[in-house]
Amino acid sequence: MSKVITLLGDDISTDHIYPGRFMATVLPSETPQFCFADMTELNAALKAKQFPEGSFLVAGENFGCGSSREQAASTILGHNLNVVAKSFARIFMQNAVNLGLPLLICPDVDAKEGDELELRGDELYNKTTGKTFKIEPLPPLRQAIINAGGLIAFTRERVKAKLAAR
Amino acid sequence: MPMTLAEKILARAAGLASTKAGDVVEPKVDLAMSHENAALVLHQFKEIYKGLDAEPRVWDPSRIAIIFDHRVPAESSKTATNQKRIRDFVGEQGIAKFHDIRGDAGGICHQILPEYGYVRPGYVVVGTDSHTTTHGALGSFAFGIGATEMASVWALGSALNIEVPKTIKVVVDGTLSKFVSAKDVILNLIGVIKANGANYRALEFHGSTIRNMSTSSRLVLCNMSVEAGATVGMVPPDVETKRYLRDEAKVTDPLWMEGPDDGADYERVETIDANSLAPQIACPHTVDNVKPVTEVMGKKVDQIVIGSCTNGRLDDLAAAAALIRTKKVHQRTRMLVFPASWNIYKAAMERGYLKDFADAGAVVMNPGCGCCLGVHQGAMGDGEVSLSTTNRNFKGRMGNPNAEVFLCSPEVAAASAIRGEITDPREV
Repeated sequence: MSKVITLLGDDISTDHIYPGRFMATVLPSETPQFCFADMTELNAALKAKQFPEGSFLVAGENFGCGSSREQAASTILGHNLNVVAKSFARIFMQNAVNLGLPLLICPDVDAKEGDELELRGDELYNKTTGKTFKIEPLPPLRQAIINAGGLIAFTRERVKAKLAAR
Repeated sequence: MPMTLAEKILARAAGLASTKAGDVVEPKVDLAMSHENAALVLHQFKEIYKGLDAEPRVWDPSRIAIIFDHRVPAESSKTATNQKRIRDFVGEQGIAKFHDIRGDAGGICHQILPEYGYVRPGYVVVGTDSHTTTHGALGSFAFGIGATEMASVWALGSALNIEVPKTIKVVVDGTLSKFVSAKDVILNLIGVIKANGANYRALEFHGSTIRNMSTSSRLVLCNMSVEAGATVGMVPPDVETKRYLRDEAKVTDPLWMEGPDDGADYERVETIDANSLAPQIACPHTVDNVKPVTEVMGKKVDQIVIGSCTNGRLDDLAAAAALIRTKKVHQRTRMLVFPASWNIYKAAMERGYLKDFADAGAVVMNPGCGCCLGVHQGAMGDGEVSLSTTNRNFKGRMGNPNAEVFLCSPEVAAASAIRGEITDPREV
């Protein structure tokens, strides 16, 4: 059970999540400091580690639209947050899967800041309102990448097989 | 089963007789492009090889292109160090399609790829840049991916996990009026279908307006397809595609000139009447907040930007120069011009456009992306307004969340520079 720390609207772009001016910083170990850098209160709270692991970011449609910058996924991953949205933009979703950032596609999600949410199998339960929302499953190949521990581990196995076949 | 262009290319690249929307395939990659974010790609690429008894080698150095364009020349020691790492890696791996910071080879990746003939019809092109959709203008299936995904492509030579997209057919018929161009067509479409209107979809452009468009204009349409969420934007290859590749890009190889099949299955059709289209403008802070320019006329502008991977080509500069020649950029306004490549820069110099811009009071910059995404040159002050021919206007996009960005064509931008306020070019 964790709380909703912030409620975001539709079309939250990667410029919101990780502004372009920090793009020269690339390593996943270094990107978390700039998470939502232009939303100064949220950024300060994240940096001060005010939110317990597994807290929820809840967004509307098309979360992560815009640039392909992978920092937008690694910056959230560094704070150990769950991201719930009605839908995700394609590249952001793929980046998140590749890095192992948990994304929950929940087309009907209804929650407010401070609500307590719980993941129950393929459903999201809002303890504060008593409502339950269906989570859409990821396509099988994406799930396979998550199960492998991310794309680096997944591809490493493929390279290993290629080398062995030589 | 008749196929859309997207289905046909992915079938070819995946070695299948056919594919249909919804299939998950693993196409071979014909071209893999990165820019400065190759610094992260190569970090992840080396991670893949950790613990393996093999030196990291890219699958095919001839199919990798790396172009420095986002921060050129480097704005910080951090960027310079990243660029140095990439340069060293390019040498180690023997990557020939490398465009460093040079006046005889440099430019913005989405201009360099077509200009140097790296993209061909039927290719699967991946790029660590969302505007990789640009290259669908030459009949390729070109899409943006993240850095780790690219590291995987460098190792395997194929793109994992690709879902064959449903296709939306966009039909544009008629003749565009004077001072109305491809930018207005795509802004209009995005305004109608919205920022996620083509999410996970392919856009396939058809109609008489498209057939009569130059490749330069088609690149604008496909560049901004991603702003409607599209995986790819594509123009089926035709006589103009062939002309561009043979005459301008100097490609001599045989070309795969397949279009979609008659009777292909489209999710829906969107139509645009070119005859009645007026100049368009995207207002802050989303690209789909599109209005006819007449609705925001008179808004004061602090900075005009002409250029970028969207509208920095020679015909864009020609259109802007024609409007501003012998006139002046308004005193309250500054104007920056970013040609899309050094070849365009030099052609514009020979034709006198750069002198026209400078004489009018504009500042001609070196080709690069930095201003558009707020990382290098041309930053905005608090409360300032930018009118730009670039492709994004999200809050903070040009480096300052307290500034506003409007998006328009080169014609609207140049006309507005003269008056220092948003202006309909038909009135200048």
